[in-house]
Amino acid sequence: MKLFCLSFIALHLICIPELNAQDLLNEIEGDDELQHVRASFKNPKVINAQSLETTHAGVLDFRISHRFGRLNGGLYELFGLDQASLRLSFDYGITDRFQIGVGRSTYEKTYDGHLKYRLLWQTEGSNKMPLSLVLFSTMSVNTLRFPNLTYERTFVTRLNYVHQMIIGRKFNTALSAEILPTIVHRNFVLTSAEKNTVYAIGGAARYKFVQRVAFNAEYFYVPEGQLAPGFTNSLSLGFDIETGGHVFQLHFTNSPIMIDKGFITETTGKWSKGDIHFGFNISRVFTMKQPKKPKE
Amino acid sequence: MIDPSKTYFMLSRFLLIALFTLPSISEAQTKYFTKKGQISFYSDTPVEKIEAHNKRVTAILEKESGKIEFSVLITAFEFEKALMQEHFNENYMESSKYPKSTFKGNISNIQSVDFSKDGEYPLTLDGELTMHGVTRKVNEKGKLIISKGKISASATINVALKDYNISVPSVVGAKIAEIIRVEIVIPQFDLLKK
Repeated sequence: MKLFCLSFIALHLICIPELNAQDLLNEIEGDDELQHVRASFKNPKVINAQSLETTHAGVLDFRISHRFGRLNGGLYELFGLDQASLRLSFDYGITDRFQIGVGRSTYEKTYDGHLKYRLLWQTEGSNKMPLSLVLFSTMSVNTLRFPNLTYERTFVTRLNYVHQMIIGRKFNTALSAEILPTIVHRNFVLTSAEKNTVYAIGGAARYKFVQRVAFNAEYFYVPEGQLAPGFTNSLSLGFDIETGGHVFQLHFTNSPIMIDKGFITETTGKWSKGDIHFGFNISRVFTMKQPKKPKE
Repeated sequence: MIDPSKTYFMLSRFLLIALFTLPSISEAQTKYFTKKGQISFYSDTPVEKIEAHNKRVTAILEKESGKIEFSVLITAFEFEKALMQEHFNENYMESSKYPKSTFKGNISNIQSVDFSKDGEYPLTLDGELTMHGVTRKVNEKGKLIISKGKISASATINVALKDYNISVPSVVGAKIAEIIRVEIVIPQFDLLKK
């Protein structure tokens, strides 16, 4: 009992000054509010693949993308710079979770449109959501003329679809990674060795090694038996460089095609043979709709 | 025979009760708080004007001692351009590393404020401002307004980015001011009830 009394007095002596020195803020601060994890990737696109990000609400993202010819074309082709393939696109954020976009590519004179919706959003704070899940769906139409065909290419045969889930996580400020289970459906394929519906899985990651510069890698694996021999899996490596309102993406890839059905199922280049294309994307954002200012 | 582990349990429980009841006896401080404080900042250069607003600032004030503390969630600053907000968090404030800024200090002339009388009272604040992982002693002026029993407060301070190790790359140097004007407004302090 003596010990007990002593300890009680001691406690008084110890805890009073301690409590007075304690932070006032602790008395009112509760759990941290739920916060969405942002900027897992610098851009809605990793390189060719979709990233976990969408264009912010009210923001228009204008992108100019180029892929040049093969590096193994040598000096005669100026390492591929003599040939350029272009894609122009506009992506717009309807909300912070929902993006729509349109584009036009040199490849097969293709027009494409897409919807991208963030179903789950990784959060910090209490009640955590460990990952993000984004749904992506795109349709493209080949508008090449076929003057010498013996059969008719109807409009329907020109359509292609890609549906994708993008599941990933920002592990820390530097590292983000994602996997992309994908279905590609082409209404028309050239040979019977190619399946109309192709299942593929992609993986992509970025590592931001210094402020404003990140390294990106992405790879799409198409399980065997779905494509004719000669078609290869797409591997791309590159850098993101951020300057104010622009993001510059510089990369090397074995696929010069910038639309999803193309780089997933129609890549023919091999890294081992030097069939590597240099390319860049420039993304410029415009704020079309500004968030409201706080009331005074 | 009393089970010794049980005695120990009782004792620790008593101590725990003592620990929690003690402060309420020893403290006779009146505290006011808010979770809806507002902080806006302005960067004015000839090239670009940038402003951001945060309406979720937490603050607590101890009436008798004049102790005052602020806590500011960096990600709660809203910009007119979403990309600016992203860059602010990612590149400048590094908000995942330093999620909050705090001010902890004292109103040295709290005795001159008559909380029962309407009026505008000038304040002198000194304390420590922590931002971007850097803590610095600051001395600022503000004012407290008492109107019909309602307490509000405001202050405007200037913050030099380099004081807090916030570096601006030379490419955007012309767009971001070296000294940022920060306006702090507490529309209403509420009594903290125990």
